[in-house]
Amino acid sequence: MIHSLFRRTGLAVPFILAALASTPAHAGKTLDAIKQRGNIQCGVSTGVAGFSLPDSKGVWSGLDVDFCRGIAAAVLGDPNKVNFVPLNPQQRFSALQSGEVDLLARNTTWSLSRDASLGLSFTGVNYYDGQGFLVPKKLKLTSAKQLKNAEICVQSGTTNEKNLADYFRAQNIKIKPVVFEGFEASFKAFFSGRCQAYTTDISGLAGVRNKEAKNPDDYVILPEVISKEPLGPAVRRGDDEWFAIVRWTAFALIEAEEYGITKANVVSLKDSKDPNIGRLLGSTEDSGKLLGLDREWAFRAVKAVGNYGEIFARNVGPDSVLKLPRGLNNLWNKGGILYAPPIR
Amino acid sequence: MVSILGVLLAWLGHNVLDNMRERGIRAGFDFLFDPAGFEIGEGILSYDAAQPLWRAFAMGILNTLRVAIPSIVIATLLGSLIGLGRLSTTPSLRKLCGFCVESLRNIPLLLQLLMWYFALTSLLPDASDAISPLPGVLISKGGLFLPAWSCVGGGCSWNLPHLEGFGIEGGWSLSPEYLAVLTALSLYSAVFIAEIVRGGIQSVSAGQIAAAQALGMRPLQILRHITIPLALRAIVPALTNQFLNLSKNSSLAVAVGYPELVSIANTSINQSGRAFECIVIVMAVYLTLSLITALLMNLYNARVALRGAK
Ligand SMILES: N[C@@H](CCC(=O)N[C@@H](CS)C(=O)NCC(=O)O)C(=O)O
Repeated sequence: MIHSLFRRTGLAVPFILAALASTPAHAGKTLDAIKQRGNIQCGVSTGVAGFSLPDSKGVWSGLDVDFCRGIAAAVLGDPNKVNFVPLNPQQRFSALQSGEVDLLARNTTWSLSRDASLGLSFTGVNYYDGQGFLVPKKLKLTSAKQLKNAEICVQSGTTNEKNLADYFRAQNIKIKPVVFEGFEASFKAFFSGRCQAYTTDISGLAGVRNKEAKNPDDYVILPEVISKEPLGPAVRRGDDEWFAIVRWTAFALIEAEEYGITKANVVSLKDSKDPNIGRLLGSTEDSGKLLGLDREWAFRAVKAVGNYGEIFARNVGPDSVLKLPRGLNNLWNKGGILYAPPIR
Repeated sequence: MVSILGVLLAWLGHNVLDNMRERGIRAGFDFLFDPAGFEIGEGILSYDAAQPLWRAFAMGILNTLRVAIPSIVIATLLGSLIGLGRLSTTPSLRKLCGFCVESLRNIPLLLQLLMWYFALTSLLPDASDAISPLPGVLISKGGLFLPAWSCVGGGCSWNLPHLEGFGIEGGWSLSPEYLAVLTALSLYSAVFIAEIVRGGIQSVSAGQIAAAQALGMRPLQILRHITIPLALRAIVPALTNQFLNLSKNSSLAVAVGYPELVSIANTSINQSGRAFECIVIVMAVYLTLSLITALLMNLYNARVALRGAK
């Protein structure tokens, strides 16, 4: 009974107990385990358009999904050697802690408390976001400050739940949170009119509006951005080797965009005269050795999923239903803040 | 036996804490005194986000009780009626009650809960067009609002619900989340209780009834003095199980956003990162509630059983 209670409610008792009562993790073991298993267990959301969403055939797509595929290509030589594990906000950290997933790529905000107290480490940021509000157009709202006494639907286990409380407390405005455990129930309640506003990361709002609303034009996102939500992948603590692989694969995808390396031209650029490109693609120097990988790790990642800009455009940018602007997520030399340290 | 269990638990607890420390996860219950930092949509205590976390837990526990206890009462009353209905001599009533039982007990509770919830929130009007069936009573997607008698300072007066901003303020309110959970839990448990009641009554042997009839007792007298006391002996122990199930099933309310214990624990885990401690609290509370329920029911059972035996 207790077991099924926790299963149903998403509290991850079995995970946590099993994980914590057993022996502690050993450093450097993740990569070995992945190689032996032959796939990467990648923790994703249960279905957020643009980030990680399965289609009717169970094929996943999204920015986070492509990131995992890129790592699988770099590490195992095949972007399809990924097993996607859908996790709700509450399950995600326990799943990582307990070793059920090797990596969490699930629109997850990097924050101090998560980084410092959950036994995990964020490897970087793959989407700079902020929290906002989605409201029905018919309410004719122009600002979040007009939400006095409003009921606001939010999903539990998110930073959004916390920011919501902070923001309106600071504004001295009373609101009523209606807190759902599941994503689907939370936006369905909003669309049924139970809440006057829905809050989450703006990228998530765009997904909810464009993918889940019957008529997206009936809803608008208010101008206020009430928080910083740097979304990024995280790994278990204590395995520096795996941490470095995840972190530098992300950098490699950004670096590839900076040097104009794309999915289409990556093969031909292999014999480029540009030393930066040669190093990144492994034709002149072997950067993979330092990571415990072979020299073509970055070449394979770009070949499989394209550079960061391509991943962005395909999943959340102009070529997707979300049509999100590049904004902060542009390269540092193009008005954004994406800046990868040199791969050398 | 108990001491072996104790040693085992202590060993497990020690290991858990050790491993948590080793993995850089903090442990301890001190966080219950930190400010909660989150609002709670409804509850019977006065509460705001600046209050300590333990108070948020208290809100959650009270919300669990606030929905579980009325559900137990409604389920028992309704279940008894349906159970009697299934034994009725009127075929249409018997069929109707049979239909209720079969349809409700074969649909998973979570589905029923979501169904009631989305039916309520889709069908009811927005707060600005709330229905007012009686003066001072408002019904909207925000829930059911009733006038409340409130005393502030020295004076008491009726506090009437009224539209303010986007929502309805004042009065006494029952949210759609609460109503959906109450309805789903009551109905779902009622049909199981109906079967228990029916079985209990059918377990009373025909000989006993015949004997009572031979003594010249009238049907109602037989029901009150023979059938019910004898049936209760079979009903009460099974009923206890249903009550325990119902209390624990109330944790499904997280699915529709009702802020009961598990929902508050989830939010607290998110705010504080103390998953292990929060889960321990949830387990302790459910265990305590279950033990109290079982204790009360056993006391009652002892009474009915004794009376029957005399
Ligand atoms: N970035 C925030 C929010 C992430 C989040 O969980 N967002 C929700 C709403 S878009 C979600 O992804 N839900 C999908 C799910 O439950 O699988 C966080 O890290 O806490």
